[in-house]
Amino acid sequence: MDIDICIVAFSQSACLAQAGAANEVELIMPELEAVYRQVGISNAQDVDFVCSGSCDYLQGAAFAFVSGVDALGAVPPIQESHVEMDAAWALYEAVLKIRMGHAESALVYGFSKSSPGELPIVLSQQLDPYYLAPQWIDSISLAALQARLMLDRGIIELSDMAAVVASSRRCAIENKKAQLSGQFSVSDLLKEPEYVSPLRRADCSPISDGASAMIICTKSKAEEWNVPFARLVGIDHRIETHNLGMRDLTTSHSTRLVAEALSIHSDSLDIAELYAPFSHQQLILEKSLELRPETDINPSGGVLAGNLMMASGLSRVGEVFDRIVDGKASRGLAHATSGPCLQHNLLAILERG
Amino acid sequence: MGELAAVVGIGQTKYASRRGDVSIAGLVREAAGNALEDADLGFKDIDAVVIGKAPDMFEGVVMPEIYLTDALGANGKPMLRVHTAGSVGGSTALVAASHVQSGTFRRVLTVTFEKQSESNAMWALSSPQPFSVHLNAGAGGYFAPIIREYIRRSNAPSDIGIMVAVKDRLHGARNPLSHLNLPNISHQEVEDSMMLWDPIRFLEACPSSDGACAMIIANEELVSESPKPPAWILGGAMRSEPTIYAGRDEVNPRAGRDCAKEVYAQAGISNPRRQFDCAEVYVPFSWYEPMWLENLGFADQGEGWRLTLDGATSLDEGGDIPWNCSGGVLSSNPIGASGMIRFAEAARQVRGDADQHQVENAQLALGHAYGGGAQFFSMWVVGARKP
Repeated sequence: MDIDICIVAFSQSACLAQAGAANEVELIMPELEAVYRQVGISNAQDVDFVCSGSCDYLQGAAFAFVSGVDALGAVPPIQESHVEMDAAWALYEAVLKIRMGHAESALVYGFSKSSPGELPIVLSQQLDPYYLAPQWIDSISLAALQARLMLDRGIIELSDMAAVVASSRRCAIENKKAQLSGQFSVSDLLKEPEYVSPLRRADCSPISDGASAMIICTKSKAEEWNVPFARLVGIDHRIETHNLGMRDLTTSHSTRLVAEALSIHSDSLDIAELYAPFSHQQLILEKSLELRPETDINPSGGVLAGNLMMASGLSRVGEVFDRIVDGKASRGLAHATSGPCLQHNLLAILERG
Repeated sequence: MGELAAVVGIGQTKYASRRGDVSIAGLVREAAGNALEDADLGFKDIDAVVIGKAPDMFEGVVMPEIYLTDALGANGKPMLRVHTAGSVGGSTALVAASHVQSGTFRRVLTVTFEKQSESNAMWALSSPQPFSVHLNAGAGGYFAPIIREYIRRSNAPSDIGIMVAVKDRLHGARNPLSHLNLPNISHQEVEDSMMLWDPIRFLEACPSSDGACAMIIANEELVSESPKPPAWILGGAMRSEPTIYAGRDEVNPRAGRDCAKEVYAQAGISNPRRQFDCAEVYVPFSWYEPMWLENLGFADQGEGWRLTLDGATSLDEGGDIPWNCSGGVLSSNPIGASGMIRFAEAARQVRGDADQHQVENAQLALGHAYGGGAQFFSMWVVGARKP
């Protein structure tokens, strides 16, 4: 645990509403090339460990990650693993590998094409297969239920949700990889029709195709590569009950647990990149993390501006990394989520090297 | 190697073609409960949960850790889902071990499962992909030509596969958890069974099983809190290579050789046949025993079949290096769990806790799993003695 782990490279594709005929390998390879270039290596043979995150159901085939391995040039064979989760959890697995001394460096990537399927319906099959999944309750409906609870209890107003969207769109103007951006006022957004009440389309992250990749390593390796880095000073995650009726959906207990475990010191965070697929969920996270007004939240626009399933969590870490090495921030928080209504949450703290 | 870690609890379900008495959650809970009982612990003593299974499309539950949180007592804890093809049971054990070996956690629960009766593996493995060759053959059809090539290269007698099928079922008959219980299986019966994918006959193939396997892995400090002897993790390694590349040896894949080399180096193994007391190796089709005997360095190239022929891998014949004393994948195959069962059965042997299929005084054992087109490998070495 005393090993200093650093992030040395990150790249994300543009969030595309539809990547067309490009397959997953074609989405991954440019990002891998980009991170190799950033540290001056030539391929996956030059790192000690590789871990990826993807979801077979988005590709419509068992073993989606196997084609990912084809993108790596794994000849001779490599040390490689995969999580059927957002690649932020692949990052977690890679961190454990470095901490135990089995690797000095690791490549992490996540990818998906959500456009060929119906993502909200696909995600309904994450639910209890006997009692909930047969009802095909889609992810947007569950999020709408959560937003309705918050509105009914007076925790938030519709205008708070619209303000989150307006901020996301505005920040995304600076983000060349974003799918949705622009200047919108709260009143403009509220004029849009409801989609799944009380959510408007703009309250929901868009369907996006793409990939992201990252390289992490020990501090000595970062110095050997002689590249700018951000220190990954903490990473942890917690899951909570699957029974939606058993948890208070208006808050995020698991996020609080991770924040406590990591001692995130929210008063010293310059930025926070939160994986909130729905506008009201950003408000839940801000509150659960006790973020201060001085913290710049989702300067990239967050996932409301483009949501690469299985990569968005890793990208949140990458967005913080980019701003730290650019000197725009010295300490930042990244968040990733999985499951309906923020069931599973991961936090990472990054600091200037 | 990181910090020391050991297996302090093992729990398995009864394997069967259909466990209609339990849900998926009930199945994993049964294995987890058995492991906790074996370790004399409760869910409160667990810091994190690591689960694994084969593709989600088998049972049709997307990212099942989300649904299984409650069944595995993971609420408020970290939970990770590993998926590395057929090797997943082994990889999951290694990822769980890394939770402890990294010094991040003191004690973790790891569980793998498959409920094939609620699944359609043949369908899930056969969905056509754009711009890819559509095999529609399942695993047997994929491996049959590779086996034929092994037979051609090695000049092995044609009934070596039959001998493995009989041997592993006789081992399985000693194991009350085994799916297949065939104490009277004969050479003739296997030979007479239907040819599925030449040269693989029906009885030379693994069954489709429901089942789950769980282990508790603890750090050095907490090992003594569980009453039974621990199985110390002396080495662990994974290797992957692409399904297809120019010059790839599919019969004797380099990823398997490299993985074995690394795990042996970690555990100080220079002569696997002599140093190991037994091995639990992923043999889903009979002929993979002689093939893996060579790939894992228990025999020279082209000579693996001689060990099978001489009874060296048979517990019943008093062989010097019994393989798959539990009955192996040929006797029980809940796919996602099959690799972890190998790892767990290796650990049972060195804990002296393998009942009727115990190898006398086993001190050192290998657990092995492979997956994909024989391209993903995970292995560990466990020992009775603390390193």
